[in-house]
Amino acid sequence: MNSNAPPTSHQSRNMGFAGLLLLGLIAVVLMGVQLGSEGLAWRSVQADWTLMTDIRLPRTLGACLAGALLGLAGALAQGLFRNPLADPYLLGSASGASLGVALGMVMLSHMGTSLWFVKVGITGMAFLGAWAAVALSLLLSWGVQHTLRLLLAGVVVGVVLGALASLLLIMYPSIQGSVQSFMLGSTAYVGWPACLLMGLVLLLSWLLAVAASPMLDGLALGESTAQSLGLPVRQLRWLLLAVLSLCTAAAVAQTGLIAFVGLAAPHLVRARMKGVHRQSLSLSCLMGGLLLGGADLLARGLMAPIELPVGVLTAICGGGYLLYLMHGVTTSSRAYKGAGS
Amino acid sequence: MNNLQPARRMPPFTGHFKRFCLASMLCLSALNTFAQTAASSVRIQDDRARWVTIDTAPLRVVSLLPSLGEIVCELGACDRLVGTDRYSNWPERVKQLPKLGGLDDTQLEALIKLKPDLVLLAKSARATDRLESLGVKVLALEPQSQDDMRRVILQVAQALHLPNANLRADQMWQNIQRKMDVAAARVPAAAKGARIYFEAGSGYFAAGEASYIGETLKRLGLRNVVGPTMGAFPQVNPEFVVKANPQIIFLGERAAIDLQNRPGWHRIEALQNQRVCSFTPAQSDIVVRSGPRIAEAAELMVDCLQRMYSQ
Repeated sequence: MNSNAPPTSHQSRNMGFAGLLLLGLIAVVLMGVQLGSEGLAWRSVQADWTLMTDIRLPRTLGACLAGALLGLAGALAQGLFRNPLADPYLLGSASGASLGVALGMVMLSHMGTSLWFVKVGITGMAFLGAWAAVALSLLLSWGVQHTLRLLLAGVVVGVVLGALASLLLIMYPSIQGSVQSFMLGSTAYVGWPACLLMGLVLLLSWLLAVAASPMLDGLALGESTAQSLGLPVRQLRWLLLAVLSLCTAAAVAQTGLIAFVGLAAPHLVRARMKGVHRQSLSLSCLMGGLLLGGADLLARGLMAPIELPVGVLTAICGGGYLLYLMHGVTTSSRAYKGAGS
Repeated sequence: MNNLQPARRMPPFTGHFKRFCLASMLCLSALNTFAQTAASSVRIQDDRARWVTIDTAPLRVVSLLPSLGEIVCELGACDRLVGTDRYSNWPERVKQLPKLGGLDDTQLEALIKLKPDLVLLAKSARATDRLESLGVKVLALEPQSQDDMRRVILQVAQALHLPNANLRADQMWQNIQRKMDVAAARVPAAAKGARIYFEAGSGYFAAGEASYIGETLKRLGLRNVVGPTMGAFPQVNPEFVVKANPQIIFLGERAAIDLQNRPGWHRIEALQNQRVCSFTPAQSDIVVRSGPRIAEAAELMVDCLQRMYSQ
């Protein structure tokens, strides 16, 4: 079993890595406040203060928080399913959220607006949709014991709910634009309440995940090993799945379907560090935040004043870097070479 | 209080001094109460079913829906527009205004920088909640039918605090109706009652009888093959159109190019008699928008009908 006290050289290297990521995050937030709608505006330092605090700061922080949530969710998913391809949307939450948004838009534009709906809003519909999809996957897989069954249920639920969302899009073509922009993801409309919400969810999820992380370390050695260590595997699995779904749903509801951050962040962390899950979970958080925060900067700055969908950028940048890392691995290690050919 | 009627009617001058005095006193007191309520502030229920109170005349208006900007301009308040969405292109003045993206990707910061005191947008606009949380007045108006359009024109006039808003909106509407009647009278007799298929968007999205386009077609005496029960803009099966065998087809220029190649479509009467009308993108803007140019749209359609039936 992984000892609770890894060699000090690892420990200090990981601390250094965490410090680097934190510095990067701070730099991203500072730049995010400076970067306006006309691209970089270093000159006009006395620029509108309210513009910075009301629009730029919340959206930059929101991007970092959403990224951190996705990073954490991705690391949890990969640990729970012991599968490096697992990502936060594995249990169908992405399709569920899309369906929720599509339903919400149909209600908004084609039916009388009820008080109930006004309270929930599109954000609420995305959140509910994401949760409903996960619940459905769990129901179909009869619980959490069988990883493979759960994965399969997630894929099926994802496909079915995605198809239902497409059906709605065809029946009500007027909602196509809004649903598509949700699917591409955007950090442009994150305000302070959303930041607060995501911050609270992140704090809670991070504490729970870190507290339950020894289970993931045990699980990495195999199901039976984890059980033989006396860990309450089943309960912890439920707990971590709940945390995973909460993180994903919170991020998706506020920023839409942001691709790749959840998949790439844990990989980027693992390529640079060795250690127990307690550390990799936290570092994935920071990495996810940095990734999405940086992508948000690029989305705003590259073609200002036109904004690119931030999800497209995360896929290009995160994916590109990941490919580069994999290239490094394949050329340096013989073990991977065989698998490639 | 009836929001649509900010009572401005005053008793007419009668000549009798006593009655005049009484009347003017009544008037003054009425004006006083209205100064605090109706006359100075307007309450409008927008299409989100939300009540929006507009206290003073908005002088910096942003429109994120082309048709709403067109209504503002037609009401003679074009100079109050400070920004629009990227699709707005009429009237000419609007083209020079800052473009703020679309309904789904509104450039929030650029919009806020314009310091608008009223933003007109559609129900589906993504920025609505965010704008409201930043303290910007938002009015979601989405004319779906010609009745809606009449209401929206009135609501925009009231929201802008235009003097004699009701009268102005009414005049604008009557004007549109007059032009529609003129257009309808020009429809060639042979075209009356002809079956028509109107393709509003690529991918077989038809303008049904329930849409504002359908209402115009009906007024011109044409028979829509897409009935009222099928919805406003349903996506129809190509085979449905072949079976319905329309005598006239209206569609966009680009879609018209390979109309002949659509399987089975060469049998359709409209294609055999070459009664297909294709609109250029500029014309399509007029025809497809639910704005104040629906009468011009009707004229374009009639022009085309006349060309078709003169041959």
